[in-house]
Amino acid sequence: MNEPASETIRLTIDGVDVTVPKGTTVLKAAEKAGIVVPHYCYHPGIPSRPAQCRMCLVEIEGQPKLQPSCVMTAGDGMNVVTQSEAAREARRSVIEFLLLNHPVDCPICDAAGQCMLQDYAYETGQLESRFQEAKLVLGRDRIADDILYFADRCILCTRCVRFMRDVAGDEALIVAQRGHKAYIDTFPGKDLDNEFRGNIVDVCPVGALVHEDFLFKARAWDMDSAPGVCPGCSNGCNIEIGAKENQVVRIKPRYNADVNSYWMCDYGRKHLVMANRGSRVDLPLIRRNGELEAVHWGEALAWLAEQMPDGDGVALVSPFESTESIAAFRALLTRMGINGGGYRLARGDEAQLEGFPKLKLRAERAPNAAAAELFGFREVEGPPSIASGSTLIVAGDRLDDMPADFAHDAGFFVYLGSHLSEATRSADVILPITTFLEMEGTFINHEGRLQRFRQALVPPGVARPAWMVIRRLLSLGRDGADVLEAEVAFELAAAESQGLAGLAWSAIGPKGVLVRTDGAPAPSAR
Amino acid sequence: MGFPHSHDLEVGTILSRHFGDPKARELDTWLTYGGYEGLKQAVGMDPGEITTIVKDSGLRGRGGAGFPTGLKWSFMPQEKSGPHYLCCNADESEPGAFKDREILRWVPHLLIEGCLIAARAIRAEHAYIYVRGEYFPFTSILNDAVVEAYEAGYIGSNILGSGWDCDLTVHIGAGAYIAGEETGLMSSLTGGRAEPKIKPPFPAQSGVFGKPTTVNNVETLAAVPMILINGADWYRQWGTEKSPGTKLWCCSGHLVRPGNYELELGVPLKDVIYEVCGGAPDGKKIKAVIPGGSSTAMLTADELDVPSTYEGLQEAGSSLGTASPIVLNEDTNIVRAMRRIADFYAHESCGQCVQCREGTSWVAKILKRIEDGDGRLSDLDTLYDLCEQLTGRTICVLADSVVFPLRSSLDKFRDEYESLIGGRA
Repeated sequence: MNEPASETIRLTIDGVDVTVPKGTTVLKAAEKAGIVVPHYCYHPGIPSRPAQCRMCLVEIEGQPKLQPSCVMTAGDGMNVVTQSEAAREARRSVIEFLLLNHPVDCPICDAAGQCMLQDYAYETGQLESRFQEAKLVLGRDRIADDILYFADRCILCTRCVRFMRDVAGDEALIVAQRGHKAYIDTFPGKDLDNEFRGNIVDVCPVGALVHEDFLFKARAWDMDSAPGVCPGCSNGCNIEIGAKENQVVRIKPRYNADVNSYWMCDYGRKHLVMANRGSRVDLPLIRRNGELEAVHWGEALAWLAEQMPDGDGVALVSPFESTESIAAFRALLTRMGINGGGYRLARGDEAQLEGFPKLKLRAERAPNAAAAELFGFREVEGPPSIASGSTLIVAGDRLDDMPADFAHDAGFFVYLGSHLSEATRSADVILPITTFLEMEGTFINHEGRLQRFRQALVPPGVARPAWMVIRRLLSLGRDGADVLEAEVAFELAAAESQGLAGLAWSAIGPKGVLVRTDGAPAPSAR
Repeated sequence: MGFPHSHDLEVGTILSRHFGDPKARELDTWLTYGGYEGLKQAVGMDPGEITTIVKDSGLRGRGGAGFPTGLKWSFMPQEKSGPHYLCCNADESEPGAFKDREILRWVPHLLIEGCLIAARAIRAEHAYIYVRGEYFPFTSILNDAVVEAYEAGYIGSNILGSGWDCDLTVHIGAGAYIAGEETGLMSSLTGGRAEPKIKPPFPAQSGVFGKPTTVNNVETLAAVPMILINGADWYRQWGTEKSPGTKLWCCSGHLVRPGNYELELGVPLKDVIYEVCGGAPDGKKIKAVIPGGSSTAMLTADELDVPSTYEGLQEAGSSLGTASPIVLNEDTNIVRAMRRIADFYAHESCGQCVQCREGTSWVAKILKRIEDGDGRLSDLDTLYDLCEQLTGRTICVLADSVVFPLRSSLDKFRDEYESLIGGRA
């Protein structure tokens, strides 16, 4: 689409004039004219276009046969009709054919409500079948460790096969058999164990491919959905978080042309479903007479403001915290007189998506180490050394790999966290904060792209975002107003960092914005 | 020599002269029959000259579609920017057709020579012969001939000292009708499933390994050497203006003398059936003829007085196809015959296009139910409607191939369907 603007053509689709770059397909041109041509095998993220589902056939004036709009190049002066009698009849008949041997088990199908077969069956009005014969039953198969294949629901659009071949670069899937007995299978002797295999479930336009961990979990219309950013690594893939009864049940990639296209890795998906696990801190706790005692926020913060010693100490922040929380934490440390501070970062194997190299499961398995760096934290390995009697303050890091006596030497231990571990139980004060799922905020990915994520879940008890807690703490006894919105928290963060200086909340578009993590504003903010 | 004339139905000799002569397979003998004379001529000619002669001869593709061969060759790029390929389609799978098999088995050198001349005409450096998997026994005959031709310098580098190089590889298919469709063939040849591909790009732009490719039928290529030697006018002494030359016929079904016959194009179909093949045995009457292989429209016994040309059979509402008439006598259950045909296409559909994948098997299931006495009159409406749904909407014409015999059987033998249905609405 970066062709010079002079190379354009004009055509008419359903009476709508549209101008598109030369070489655009009729389907894409129709999209530009605001007309959706129903389709199955075509997927914008998969390069090959076999034109085999025959759903996108349209009438083109002067052409004797209906033409597949997904491969037909738009011509200057072309007159395309997607709603002609012949085109509508062709679509109706495709639906009738697809439903011949389909079990129509929508009531127990995970795709129901988000199924292109359902949608188009309703759209075409093809709700009855003339088919009187016995349906062919192919059954179901475990096509990967975590993915089930319901062959009877499959419409053989081959998106999954072609995603694996064209995008993942791993010819793990094939069409087995042929004709009406054809089904999808793994290549003989090969397992579908690719790091990006989960995307085949997302590209499946029907309910043929299902993640086993989502099987029968939720109806599509019963889920709450929030746009998020995957916290699995520093790539910052855009995701759609599906939640039911305040539990994450499904993660799907969300399109971002500059980060992850239509895809995400399986590590990311699994990592987020793990976010449901573990017992939560849902009330502020302070240590009185050696015992942790639940108190309300006002008391906890007032107690902390009074007890907290000044002077140097050890600070640890989690790279899973939002930029706003990390900024607030830095402001708190500055107030306390603590310099520096560290963050711990897990590392793992990398995996790159061949067909979209910007998507890479990166070694740094956290979403916001860049923000930690931006606000002066440095990566530390192993347990931080705590000088006897000094202050220890930890934000977010669960310390669940640390022994119970981890903070033994600390004079005073402040923990802002969402989960309790053996090590954090010894804190003098525990302030319940939300996870990234329960708040709005931003992450900065490996290339310095700042992206917003929305709240997906309701936080437990009285847990609050770390930035809200810290900004409240900082305003105690002063005139400063409470910070109650992520937008305000971000603007404070932007004011406190050279790298974010001048960046407005409203300027963070759907693709995110590139910021300079070395201190200067980004040259090309998008 | 006994070349065929329109009123003299003597067996022809361009292609079939040496059928039945095992010695013709051997290079030494083949050379005494005038073998490779065409190639000797071709290596001294420009590709364009060869194409012009074939164009002038009016030779049309013998795989069924009847596309002018010389014209097809002329679609290949005139300037080479990479390799060109020739594919010889020997994936003969149309029910009723068994002509290419005879060429492979009796005159393999004729085919090899035709391949090389065509390869020269289209500037190809490699010719592939894609042979139907079930033709395994004949493939070994072809392979032996290829080895001989390589050794004698008819294939390989510096062919006949001309400085021109061309290799030839015999590839055995894995048993799919649809591999005979040219794009399906190329996909199968290069390691993919035998699945037809949407055009454009056409093979002449992007075919085997993504390079310009021409796909020609065995019988087409086997006719080329004699045309080159004797000239276009010589070839045009047979046949009609639009359908010149001779054609191998594959006559099967209820016939006194079924078999292969090389006949001049234009011979009335009824003469092929009754005079050449002796009509139906045991004094039975003929009920129907499927003239061009199972994918063509049925003709009734009253409709056989048509010239056997591409245009003649088209006018009669059918098609010359591969000139493989399947003759059905008066005892034939047309519904059963049609069901058997539909079963074949349902079994052979590659499964890409929805209409074909689901529609062909639906047709077969309805026909089976009617055959079993459980049909309804509304089934006939459904079948007619399916004829519409299966026509012209798919990547290749396999779905259309069911429609031609199906629609004609419904039109011409509706009484047979109705008598099996017995009036149930």
